[in-house]
Amino acid sequence: MLIFEHAHPGRRAHAQAPYNAPAADDLPADMLRQTPPLLPETSELDVVRHYTGLSQKNFSIDTQFYPLGSCTMKYNPRACNSLAMLPQFLGRHPLADESTGQGFLVSMYELQEMLKEVTGMAGVSMAPMAGAHGEFAGVAMIRAYHDARGDTARREIIVPDAAHGTNPATATMCGYVVKEIPTDRQGNVDLEALKAAVGPQTAGLMLTNPSTLGVFEKTIVEIQKIVHAAGGLSYYDGANLNAILGRVRPGDMGFDVIHMNLHKTFSTPHGGGGPGAGPVGVSERLIPFLPIPYVINERDFYRWAVEADVPQSIGRMSAFGGNMGVLLRAYVYARMLGGRGMQRVAEFAALNANYLAVELKTAGFELAFPERRASHEFIVTLKKLKDETGISAMDFAKRLLDYGFHAPTTYFPMLVPECLLIEPTETESKETLDAFVQAMIAVKREAESQPDLVKTAPHKLPSRRLDDVKAARELDLVWKAA
Amino acid sequence: MSNIPTNLKYTKSHEWVRLETDGSVAVGITQHAQDLLGDMVFVENPVVGRQLAAGEECAVVESVKAASDVYAPVAGEVLAANADVEASPESINQDAYAAWMFTLKPANADDLDGLMDAATYAAHVESEAH
Repeated sequence: MLIFEHAHPGRRAHAQAPYNAPAADDLPADMLRQTPPLLPETSELDVVRHYTGLSQKNFSIDTQFYPLGSCTMKYNPRACNSLAMLPQFLGRHPLADESTGQGFLVSMYELQEMLKEVTGMAGVSMAPMAGAHGEFAGVAMIRAYHDARGDTARREIIVPDAAHGTNPATATMCGYVVKEIPTDRQGNVDLEALKAAVGPQTAGLMLTNPSTLGVFEKTIVEIQKIVHAAGGLSYYDGANLNAILGRVRPGDMGFDVIHMNLHKTFSTPHGGGGPGAGPVGVSERLIPFLPIPYVINERDFYRWAVEADVPQSIGRMSAFGGNMGVLLRAYVYARMLGGRGMQRVAEFAALNANYLAVELKTAGFELAFPERRASHEFIVTLKKLKDETGISAMDFAKRLLDYGFHAPTTYFPMLVPECLLIEPTETESKETLDAFVQAMIAVKREAESQPDLVKTAPHKLPSRRLDDVKAARELDLVWKAA
Repeated sequence: MSNIPTNLKYTKSHEWVRLETDGSVAVGITQHAQDLLGDMVFVENPVVGRQLAAGEECAVVESVKAASDVYAPVAGEVLAANADVEASPESINQDAYAAWMFTLKPANADDLDGLMDAATYAAHVESEAH
């Protein structure tokens, strides 16, 4: 039910109206609205009940285990929120003189430095305001680099088939042609296919490591040699950085550009449409092309870099300093963890994923890559169950909701049929993981004994099975008065 | 094993190809492909007159699970696009082999010999299932 459907003509919430609101009586008459705006007429209590009710229906990391693979839905510590909400941060005007905002600027500078250190990159800009924005910045820098050298025949970006769907989209948006290469049966990039794909037309390679198959590219050094020898640059998609944080550095692996999803690895809130933050890190040769603004330190005076400082920059990607509130939360998170804490993030992310993988395998689930150690997420395939019982990964996922667990990612990566991509993250306890295993076993039993129960799930949620086919075919997003 | 008619030719990327009496070919996606993708919600066909290279991405099918590219099985010119399939994407789920997406005038009729027959395609589907 929408707030508009609670409306009743003439109903008001006076308590929220501004006291002594100044009348804007100097507006030209022809600019004045002749009809009242279409707003829901509701009482304050109607509003409170409506939104409280919606929040109670919400399935979130604050209420339930959320093992959504590739999304890193981990707990967002409350301290990050409290400190980023300090009035000294919230009350800053973005146009205020830099001399009055040194505390904020030094926080941003330190975050840049910490991101450089933990990824092994030579320069960082935090201007991009989402993962996809960061990806765009990264590939735009690859293009700017080749263009600046007059090396304009490089038109292709190589993307393995296990890549994030955003990678080919980003390359295309930057004006490149995408060349897809396969992965082998172990989930690694097919080196022979890579060798055959590179050449003088290669602008770069986009890679996620660990990949979306949840395994670490063992031949990463070899891959880098092949791409660099062909004159291409390599791009690291930071979607799975959580798995290697503080343990292995993309810079040491030889990557030229990376983006980091702070809303994943650095625990800022996400999943509700943002706001996110997608800082980019670069190797030495790409520093001149970094997007602005970023913070520079001039003899301990901190200020934003502007166009005149970096004439070769790919440009300004945010009017002010990126998503400052999100960056502040990430800064507090990084400061609370420290260097050793970041290593523990990766250790426990890997430990939890491997524990869960082994427990599920022992319980009779089929792992897509049983010989490979999980990095921080892993794939279960339900193909056999589907063939035997007709229960699909989607049915299975819906039934898990009834057990109080958010479903893992389904049908991604597309290479594995009827798959669940499971990422527990480091913030979950053994008890939660064990309870999840029990729920998985229970749903599997139900699939075998009472398939109709699973096919019609969920049964206990405010909404039952949604008709996503109808929703996609007959998109209806705008409320209209009956 | 899913339905694989013996009168059609096939590609590795799961398109079916039917040779018409006038030498043109009709192209769609196989029963197996629609089974993997699930309920179709959107189809985008190439514009008539477009010249396609063999293996070129030329159409898109989108299901509730994923969007997937459709590739030109052979080089040629697009003669027609099936507006009925665009209007009713579910027709692919109902009968994949009746729901042709577009027709091509092959640049070289011999290119069709490079496509798979039903038995070879069946083995290909089997090998992909691991």
